[in-house]
Amino acid sequence: MNDQRPVVIIIFVFLIAVVLLTKLFMIQVMDDSFLKRAERNAIQRVVDHPYRGLVYDRNGKLLVYNNPIFDLMIVPKEFEMGDTTRFLELFGITKEHLIESYQAARKYSYVKPSTFIKQISTNEFARIQDFLIDYPGLFIMTRSVRSYPEPVAAHALGYIGEISGRQLERDSSGYYVQGDYVGLSGMERFYEDEMRGKKGVKYKMVNVRGVDKGPFKDGEYDTASVAGHNINSSIDMELQKYGELLMMGKTGSVVAIEPKTGEILSMISAPFYDPNTLTGSEFSKSYTALNALETKPLFNRPIMATYPPGSIFKIVQSLIGLQEGVLTPETTFACNKSLVACHNHPSPLNLFGAIRNSCNPYYHQAFRQIINQEVSSNTYKDTEIGLNAWRDNVLKFGLGGTLGIDMPNEKGGDVPSSKYYDHFYGNGRWKYSTIYSLSIGQGELLVTPIQMANLAAIFANKGYYYTPHLIRAIDGDKSQIPQQYLTKHEVGVDAHHFDMVQDAMVQALYGTAQRAIMKDIQIAGKTGTAQNPHGEDHSVFIAFAPKENPQIAIAVYVENAGWGGRAAASTASLMIEKYLRDSISRPDLEKYVIAGNFIY
Amino acid sequence: MRETDININRVDWITVMIYFALVMVGWFNIYAAVYDGQVDKSIFDFSINSGKQLVWIGTAMAIIIVIMAADYRLFENLAIPIYLVFLVLLLLTPILGKAVNGQVLAIGVGSFRIQAGEFAKFATALALAKFMERPTFDLSKTQYQLRAFAVLLVPVILIILQPDTGTAMVYFSMLIMFYREGLPQKYFVLGISLIALVLLALGIENNLYLAGAIVVIVVILILMGKKTPQQIIAFSVIGIAVIAFTYSLDFVVSKLPEHQQNRIMVLFNPDLDPLGAGWNVTQSKIAIGSGGLAGKGYLQGTQTKFDFVPEQHTDFIFCTLGEEFGWLGSFIVIALFVTLLTRLVIMAERQKNRFSRIYGYCVISILMFHFMINIAMTIGLFPVVGIPLPFFSYGGSSLWSFTILLFIFIKMDSSRALQLGRMG
Repeated sequence: MNDQRPVVIIIFVFLIAVVLLTKLFMIQVMDDSFLKRAERNAIQRVVDHPYRGLVYDRNGKLLVYNNPIFDLMIVPKEFEMGDTTRFLELFGITKEHLIESYQAARKYSYVKPSTFIKQISTNEFARIQDFLIDYPGLFIMTRSVRSYPEPVAAHALGYIGEISGRQLERDSSGYYVQGDYVGLSGMERFYEDEMRGKKGVKYKMVNVRGVDKGPFKDGEYDTASVAGHNINSSIDMELQKYGELLMMGKTGSVVAIEPKTGEILSMISAPFYDPNTLTGSEFSKSYTALNALETKPLFNRPIMATYPPGSIFKIVQSLIGLQEGVLTPETTFACNKSLVACHNHPSPLNLFGAIRNSCNPYYHQAFRQIINQEVSSNTYKDTEIGLNAWRDNVLKFGLGGTLGIDMPNEKGGDVPSSKYYDHFYGNGRWKYSTIYSLSIGQGELLVTPIQMANLAAIFANKGYYYTPHLIRAIDGDKSQIPQQYLTKHEVGVDAHHFDMVQDAMVQALYGTAQRAIMKDIQIAGKTGTAQNPHGEDHSVFIAFAPKENPQIAIAVYVENAGWGGRAAASTASLMIEKYLRDSISRPDLEKYVIAGNFIY
Repeated sequence: MRETDININRVDWITVMIYFALVMVGWFNIYAAVYDGQVDKSIFDFSINSGKQLVWIGTAMAIIIVIMAADYRLFENLAIPIYLVFLVLLLLTPILGKAVNGQVLAIGVGSFRIQAGEFAKFATALALAKFMERPTFDLSKTQYQLRAFAVLLVPVILIILQPDTGTAMVYFSMLIMFYREGLPQKYFVLGISLIALVLLALGIENNLYLAGAIVVIVVILILMGKKTPQQIIAFSVIGIAVIAFTYSLDFVVSKLPEHQQNRIMVLFNPDLDPLGAGWNVTQSKIAIGSGGLAGKGYLQGTQTKFDFVPEQHTDFIFCTLGEEFGWLGSFIVIALFVTLLTRLVIMAERQKNRFSRIYGYCVISILMFHFMINIAMTIGLFPVVGIPLPFFSYGGSSLWSFTILLFIFIKMDSSRALQLGRMG
């Protein structure tokens, strides 16, 4: 009987082996969930953040860079202090700080690093770097924040900040994760894809207590981060700085454009703020403080504020009239103040004189010629047809819609169509007398400062413009800039019509803006004084210079500063001189503008 | 001592080769378990466990030489004294020993400790062989059954008192030897049924299902049987007793110490408490399961290396193997154990006297139990019991005791020509 029992025992051994090997096969080969859990256990994915692209001005001066910040980290388990007095002296901390920081670190984790001394300066870092080797358990961790060598062009450059939940939801690329920094405004936002670079990934192994045990598979699966592209901006830092000096304490905008290219030379939104305040750990605190200010320094006026253009719009009216053939340089109208108020000047005037003297009644009558071309015998119908035809022409000047500048949140202003008046007064119930304010750039007409500057560029170019933009090149390569900034836009007015207009603009300075006149640089400009029912009028001036071969087109809008011939024209003239000459020959004028006492 | 005593040709070299293969693979795995790529210490470094294990292996070699050189009759003659000495040591352990994890397992000075429970295995095996060697010792008779169990139970009780349930359980593996020596099959049928019932009772959440199933089986048995009133009553009583047993089991379990309760409950659901009692099993399964078919490669394991698996160089050494060598590596090691056990059965069966055969089956029983339970617990087939994988796990007591256990039998086998035929 017992003879079979050894066989039974051997069978039993084989049975055990089969059971064990089956179970092993199930968990090792059939089921890959254990492999995934093992990876979750021991392999940590560490994102290697790329170096964000820098921003240079048009002359290669640095506008934005990444400033390294050094934090001294401590791993309590490895930390050895040696002589306390020497240690305290070396790191420049008090004994209380040492004890407090050490205990905080200890409390957080015995084996994982935590911050010991925050934000060590570069100098301090250089000093202690060599001594660190004597102190096991201490090491430096580098972070970087956006920094600005000169505190200028805050609005144009924009700022970066942590991505919001909503942005994260809308992000279809799947690139971003919570805690990532993204451009939130200005160029930082518009050129986010170019500047952000590409994140890298490092896989490191950790043990059961989370202690770093080196790269996984010697870094076989790691990818290096790719630094972002550097942006060469069209901004002239010196001009920008000077503009901000002039606009200090005022409210308004200055936009200067290179007419031939549409490159924005400077873009000032006053009041402004130091871009260094919206960086790093101070961001949310500073942002809240700036946002609460009544002067709204975060509001980007050049592209977001819309104003009635005032008298500068008379140039557009003149050009449309000439192109339509309803005006000629010889067309004469009397300064009939019963139509619309005006100041005292010789009368009647031809078109040239009307521009020079900014005669309101002239444009009241000229605009009627443009609108009521007697296409229809019904004056209401005729006005409607005329308005819409006129509007189409105005839109070609880059008005009534966004230009498409390389910044987010641009406003388009407004050029009213017949629909607007139909809605307001009813179809067939309005005529020229309803809309005549448009003739002198008032009424429902709204433009942004950048659109005004673009008008100046159009006048300088005799009939075309490039969409204003802040980018000049990417990594020094001009061909990399977005195609839309290389496309020429014609405004549909023949170049020869501009000759007389340009001459009149040169003369206009003698009529309304004598302060802006320079002996050796011929400036062509036009003042405006936009009526403001809430207070002092807004001071407006657009100009380009030199008249022959224009290098700069500029628009200045100073809120509540009265006549355009004073604040705006003076500021523009100084900016032009600064840009073309790089020096100021009129210190008195400079002082006058900086003082900002324009109302008297 | 006669020269024929150490006749090299009569040594069973297959067994010896398997022994060395297991010891060497074990040693490499111990190195892998403690290996730290950042420190990069050599396998021979005495400051790490692989270096220490090398010392244990070296001393084990010396033990082998001593055993092989000894007179084959020595073990038979000294069986009872050795047994008694270890009983005394087991008694003294709680008094002289140091507490490890709340258990007093070892006697020793400094870092040198001897776990008496480990060594008592071979002593008990020798004693059982000695007691049972007479031809008249018939395990089908109750009086002999009781005697044999007594020899077994004394060390078991002493070990449970330490308390070391895991090691105590090992002694019950001798039932395999009892089976070979003629213990009636009914005990095994009963025993296996009982174990199955316990597992079912603990594994099935709601005992009502189990009770229902038992009622159905009883009814079927009654319908199939002769339906005499006595039979119906007998079946019904047994059925009720079984149901009562399943219900009382929950009560018994609830009276166990908490760590033992947890070990049992975690077997059925490791996710019950993944960071507590389930941690060992969960992490062990993750380590082994992540090895795949061919493993991650030697020293490339992450789970064992970074301490996710507790006790990875001792009781959970199989995790390192499973992670780094995968299913194929596990297959080879399991195949080595199966070959070893099969070989030992063949060797035991060729012994000329009952003493050697019984001792051989004791060796088979102990090794089989360790091999089965240790691997089963690492893959969640058995509750976590603190017993090592023979020849594999780190530790001097473990390696020495298995070496002594095995080589005494190899010695007996090599001297079998000199033995008188005294089969029962």
